[in-house]
Amino acid sequence: MIPTIPQKPLHVWVWRAYVTAFFVYLALPLTVVCVFAFNDSLFPSLPWQGFTWDWFFGTEQPRLGVFNERPIMRSIGTSAFVAVWVAVLSVAVGTCNAFLFERYDFRFKALLYVLMLLPLVIPGIILGISILVASNFLANTLEDATGLWFDNLRPGLPLVILGQFSFIATFATLVISARLQKFDRSLEEAALNLGATPWGAVRTITLPYLFPAIAGAAVVAVLMSFENFNTTLMLVGSDAPLTITMFDRLKEGSTPVLNAVSLLLMAASAGLGLLSLALQGKKA
Amino acid sequence: MTGDRSRLTMILLMAPLLIWLTALIFIPHAEMFLVSMREKVGVRQYEFGFANYATFFNEPLYWNTFVRTALMSVAATALTLVIGFPVAYYIAKMTRGRSKTILFLLCLIPFWVSELVRTYGWMILLRESGLFSGLLQYVGLASQPIEFLYNDAAIMVGLVYTSMLFMVVPLVTTLDSLDDSMIEAGYDLGGTGVSIWREIVIPHAMPGIVSGCIVVFMLSLGNYLTPILLGGKDSLWFTGLIYTQFITRFNWEQGAAFGFLLLALSSFIVWAGLKLSGQTLSRTMGR
Repeated sequence: MIPTIPQKPLHVWVWRAYVTAFFVYLALPLTVVCVFAFNDSLFPSLPWQGFTWDWFFGTEQPRLGVFNERPIMRSIGTSAFVAVWVAVLSVAVGTCNAFLFERYDFRFKALLYVLMLLPLVIPGIILGISILVASNFLANTLEDATGLWFDNLRPGLPLVILGQFSFIATFATLVISARLQKFDRSLEEAALNLGATPWGAVRTITLPYLFPAIAGAAVVAVLMSFENFNTTLMLVGSDAPLTITMFDRLKEGSTPVLNAVSLLLMAASAGLGLLSLALQGKKA
Repeated sequence: MTGDRSRLTMILLMAPLLIWLTALIFIPHAEMFLVSMREKVGVRQYEFGFANYATFFNEPLYWNTFVRTALMSVAATALTLVIGFPVAYYIAKMTRGRSKTILFLLCLIPFWVSELVRTYGWMILLRESGLFSGLLQYVGLASQPIEFLYNDAAIMVGLVYTSMLFMVVPLVTTLDSLDDSMIEAGYDLGGTGVSIWREIVIPHAMPGIVSGCIVVFMLSLGNYLTPILLGGKDSLWFTGLIYTQFITRFNWEQGAAFGFLLLALSSFIVWAGLKLSGQTLSRTMGR
């Protein structure tokens, strides 16, 4: 059971076999997606027809590669646009929250903290429909009252950004709070002793110290935004982010071009994930 | 810092939090509740009432789907726990140093990949022209292509796969804090493998088990992609009904009522899980 206790060799082998099987299970679907991105066939399935780069660089139908497929490239752009906004908003609000909860005592602090965590336990699809209903009500009321159009309150990118932000902000708060907790306040006091203004001390001492957490939170926010499906599905308008475009293709059945997009996504998230790990690693 | 100034800063810092929670969480949910309590009596004419909830209880399809979704989520949670626990134990207790870090990071990889891609992978593996079917034909166990996709078992495979990380990570964290000497002491006192698991390992891991189960259950219940893509025509999922009411049928009143029921169920399970284990949300989620 633990290395210090002698065990029968058979037991050790059973454990190892099980854990190996588990990791094969984890890796299998992802590997398959990657491998079939290079299959020289119109369908992402057996038989294997040989190796090709067509699903990345192909220029004509039906072998149109990702880089020449306009709708997919456009939806990647849309996703990136949404992700940047979500990251900026989440990090800004998350940093304020971290300072509020770590530095101040006020009435209902514990309650407010629990409320801040709530978005984590609300299913994403419910977040989506509740925001859809509320913004629609607001738009109708405003339009009736003023006679103007409020398109930003109709399903579309602004709502998608708000919907994703509504729960990603909690993650950003947690990540940034965790680092602010470890900050040694005497550094700030030293700056104040040396004549810095409170804001000056925070800007020159605390914020640089927080930077790894802020950048890490931004990376996590970008990744979560790119991956988000449930909330986005309910709020999306005519400009579809990547997950929505891929979902529509998947339902219809598609060429291995989807595998190629997936492979690129995996490479990008792996890169960003490593970046965030490196940033978090500097914590010590 | 003077008191007034500090107070002003605090209020300024609190403003974004309050705006965020009020505008994007409280008001939308209140609004959704109000919409769910509206009965449509004519074109753009509504009355206050419980009709939408009554429809849910009177229409067997709706509440059958609701119960089915809940039960399958429970099953998926249990399966994830049973499959993930030994792995978490292995990582936490039976490996050391570098290999421990590497195994732990390997567990995280699927999380960095979109759920859509993960599900797509399973589609390629399980479909009629997929890898498993091909393999079975190759070794001679099947004479023709077999369809593994579009049934409840496929949904389970997908749900367990998607949720695994959220089970393994809290389990590894809690098991890590179990002192090896506890297990040694158990053996010294004459415990057997089974009794040590029952009396030492599992009680110690309880907080991790609870937080893992809560998250996995909630994610399974609210999942939309996996049941739609891997399930068959009869494999309805409650989120699918919500989507249909909202987007396809444009019956927001009914959809809001469904949404509220799903929210109630998921909140109840989270609450019950926390109560049963004596945990609080701040400690479980706040890490």
